[in-house]
Amino acid sequence: MKKVLEIEGLFVDLDLPAGTLQAVQNVSFSVDQGETLSLVGESGCGKSLTALAVMNLLPQSGRFRAEKMEFMGQNLLGLKESGMAKVRGNRMAMIFQEPMTSLNPCYTIGNQLEEAFLQHRDVPSREARERAVYLLEKVGITAAASRLNQYPHQLSGGLRQRVMIAMGLMCGPALIIADEPTTALDVTIQAQILALLHALQKEFNMGLILITHDLGVVARMADRVAVMYCGQVVETGLAAEIFNNPKHPYTRGLMDCIPVPGKVEPGQKLGSIPGIVPTPIGNLHGCLFRNRCQYFQPKCAAENIALIALGPGRAVRCISEQINS
Amino acid sequence: MLVYILKRMGLALAVAVAVSMVSFMLIRMSGDPAIALAGENASSEEIEHIRTQYGFDRPLIIQYLDWGLKAAGGDLGESPYFHLPVKQILGDRIGVTLTLGACALVFALVISIPMGVLAAIRPNTWWDRTALGIAVVGQAMPSFWFGLILIIIFAVHLRILPVSGSDSWRHYVLPTITLGYYATPAFMRLLRSGMMEVLSSDYIRTARAKGLRWPKVLFKHALRNAVIPVVSLAAVQLGFMLGGSIVVESVFALHGIGYLAWESIGRSDLPVVQAIVLLLSMIYVFLTFLSDILNAVLDPRIRMM
Repeated sequence: MKKVLEIEGLFVDLDLPAGTLQAVQNVSFSVDQGETLSLVGESGCGKSLTALAVMNLLPQSGRFRAEKMEFMGQNLLGLKESGMAKVRGNRMAMIFQEPMTSLNPCYTIGNQLEEAFLQHRDVPSREARERAVYLLEKVGITAAASRLNQYPHQLSGGLRQRVMIAMGLMCGPALIIADEPTTALDVTIQAQILALLHALQKEFNMGLILITHDLGVVARMADRVAVMYCGQVVETGLAAEIFNNPKHPYTRGLMDCIPVPGKVEPGQKLGSIPGIVPTPIGNLHGCLFRNRCQYFQPKCAAENIALIALGPGRAVRCISEQINS
Repeated sequence: MLVYILKRMGLALAVAVAVSMVSFMLIRMSGDPAIALAGENASSEEIEHIRTQYGFDRPLIIQYLDWGLKAAGGDLGESPYFHLPVKQILGDRIGVTLTLGACALVFALVISIPMGVLAAIRPNTWWDRTALGIAVVGQAMPSFWFGLILIIIFAVHLRILPVSGSDSWRHYVLPTITLGYYATPAFMRLLRSGMMEVLSSDYIRTARAKGLRWPKVLFKHALRNAVIPVVSLAAVQLGFMLGGSIVVESVFALHGIGYLAWESIGRSDLPVVQAIVLLLSMIYVFLTFLSDILNAVLDPRIRMM
């Protein structure tokens, strides 16, 4: 399989009044053609900032560095803004969490779809319009041609997210980054949008990075999973492995939070992870999960814990023997 | 869109009628017109005579309807001071005031839009602080005083612009700056905060994720959204400018309707004062209507309301 995106040693720092927040620390991953990688973790774990760093769209207070950032064989590090703008929306597209606010209220969706195409292709606007109609039909919007003249406020949340997906596909990208694409939608619409993303990804053989906190979404969509906690990847592996045999105490804690019909009796308390996430400001050392971990041992605080390889593509950031036995 | 325009138009007409009524009543309450017309040394018989001759003895509502219907037909009465139709007097003067108001508005927008945008994309830099400083000074300085300062610098010391009068475009430069500068801070601060809010919005991130270049993101996607509240404010400000031009026109002896109003109040020339108040409020209502339409053109969500 051809690698679409390869990231090694990515760090993202945010400058806050309280100090420098090390939002992403030494994150490495890769995505193949036609593959779905899911970045999972709770709010603030750095999964969205990882994606924004790849797109070079970090907020003003943020900056990133990496050892390697290669997209379709092209080194993204050191690309100037103009060079990066040629990649964005062209070979690499992003879909955001909030379909209600992610479209400009002042322009028709046709205008906003076509402009994505016209930015990267030197074609007449008629061709861009045809492409927009084709893709709106592809994402399951009926009467596509007349929809082009509608404004975002005339569409429902689910339709807008379909428009956002169509917009991402305008230039035929090799990689789609979807940041919580269904979080703001009704459950029934969620399933439709996920199925649509999955089908389109297979049809166009795109790499997909799916960012979510929802393990149900991961189970349905992901080929591989990277679990993030406090800016670090704490466990990676094939989705099936992670679900069947979670290793890291944090991953296990997440799994315990899910009610499974048959396993969990009505009225039975679901699992929860005690304690709160530390704020990664200042000198970080040791395991960042140690204060909440039932397997805590003095070694955990003393040294920085590296990802330990358990097999091909499978690794966990934990030194407890109980975990790795 | 057509429904929206008709609705707004109906509303504007209703406001216009209400405003004309209030302005008529207020001016009648400010003094007895018969006494004002008769002059200081008139006897009580003369005052009574004038009262019946001009119909001031009729009920107020009848007087209003009489005046209002004539005004709607374009007859604003006759000035007892000039012995000329009020319409003609205003016609001679309104051009000066409208020119001044339009120039001042354009001046204010030309200064404040680039400054507001720059302050928004470079917040908390020396540029932002300079713009803020200019805004605070502009807001704090009374326009008659600023006008006098400009006269001292440019007309008295540098001698490059005339002190007063309304004969050539050069006479309009200092009044335009005086009147326009007063409106600049509000535009600039509104645009700055609006622009900053818009720039941090999700759809700007979407536009950048599409690979659009910065100027296009800024001017196509951000400015159009940020300028909507500025349009509403501009209508209100232009209204204020026309009213506020009473001060500026007096300082620079520009013969506009502001100056005329000031003179007419001194001469107790009530039909003229009455007509000016009516005219300014009608312009104000019209501008508000215009800004509603303009906003609807800019923002499709407004058209639905």
